[in-house]
Amino acid sequence: MIIDGTTALVEVEEGVKIIPGANTIITSIDKVVNWGRVSSLWPMAFGLACCAIEMMTTGSAHYDLDRFGIIFRGSPRQSDVVIIAGTVTKKMVPVIRRVYDQMPEPRYVMAMGSCACSGGIYNTYSTVQGVDTFLPVDVYIPGCPPRPEALMEGIIKLQEKIKKEHFKWSMWR
Amino acid sequence: MSVMEPKLISQAIAEGMRERFPSEVKEIKEFRGQVSVIIQKDRLKEIMEYLHDTPQLCFSLLRDICGVDYLGKKEPRFEVVYQLYSISHRHMIRIRAEVPENDPAIDSVVSIWDGANWHERECYDMFGIRFMGHPDLRRILMPEDWEGSPLRKDYPLESDLGEKEWPGLKEILELSRKNKVYEIG
Repeated sequence: MIIDGTTALVEVEEGVKIIPGANTIITSIDKVVNWGRVSSLWPMAFGLACCAIEMMTTGSAHYDLDRFGIIFRGSPRQSDVVIIAGTVTKKMVPVIRRVYDQMPEPRYVMAMGSCACSGGIYNTYSTVQGVDTFLPVDVYIPGCPPRPEALMEGIIKLQEKIKKEHFKWSMWR
Repeated sequence: MSVMEPKLISQAIAEGMRERFPSEVKEIKEFRGQVSVIIQKDRLKEIMEYLHDTPQLCFSLLRDICGVDYLGKKEPRFEVVYQLYSISHRHMIRIRAEVPENDPAIDSVVSIWDGANWHERECYDMFGIRFMGHPDLRRILMPEDWEGSPLRKDYPLESDLGEKEWPGLKEILELSRKNKVYEIG
């Protein structure tokens, strides 16, 4: 391919063009914003039961979530996504909802493990039958508990979802 | 005493209790080498002080307190079970105090073993058995405004409690329904 080295647009990826000579990238704001969000998903770690152990493992050196740009935060005000990892008891519901309400938008929810997805084996007086009864869940990760690979798969699914968003940065969303 | 089989030691202690409190001890039972003494609850504190203070017994450790609901199987309906262990003598015994349904109350043993405090609160939380003389008898596991005693056999098993649902949960479910319109994406 012969490229006009100064003015011709080169499509390097779907929807992304560069002008080689001018050191310029041309793309949509959607693409830029979504790329930024995808590349630095900071989760609020909400470990409630054994799934939390698996989540910690995923964050540690062997599986290394940092390479996705994922850094666990201890504060909802610095988080983009909350990972509900474990059995949700009714007593915990007001706390989870409050943490979620404190997160800045755009915010995402991942339900990790059978219990957070559906209540799992616990259909008892004290457990909530799935975190989606009071939160808008984006990704469900099945498993009891899910392996670290499954959690990473869930995160990648969430990234794919974010990549498809339109106008979520604007007032016309 | 140390050369004796543990079961025989426990049995000897149980017999000693029967001798000392003939009107209180109802039955001595043995299951798989574990001896339990079924007692009436009225002089519970006196019996517990005897077990704790007598130098030859010296039950210094209260391992656990739990409640049992024998709904439809036994009268009186409830039992409070005390697992006792002596650290110095290394012997153990189980005390089962019967508690009736119409007045589920029993003396607290917090003044004898401090560790009984949270165990008694748990038993109060789960079975609704009141411990008279407890310094701080509140629910320990369930929310404080929860209604009912979850471990009673006539309590509903499943998550959906219907009308009797905890108000704190209802409030959040209502709130999240309302807030749904503000969710983006």
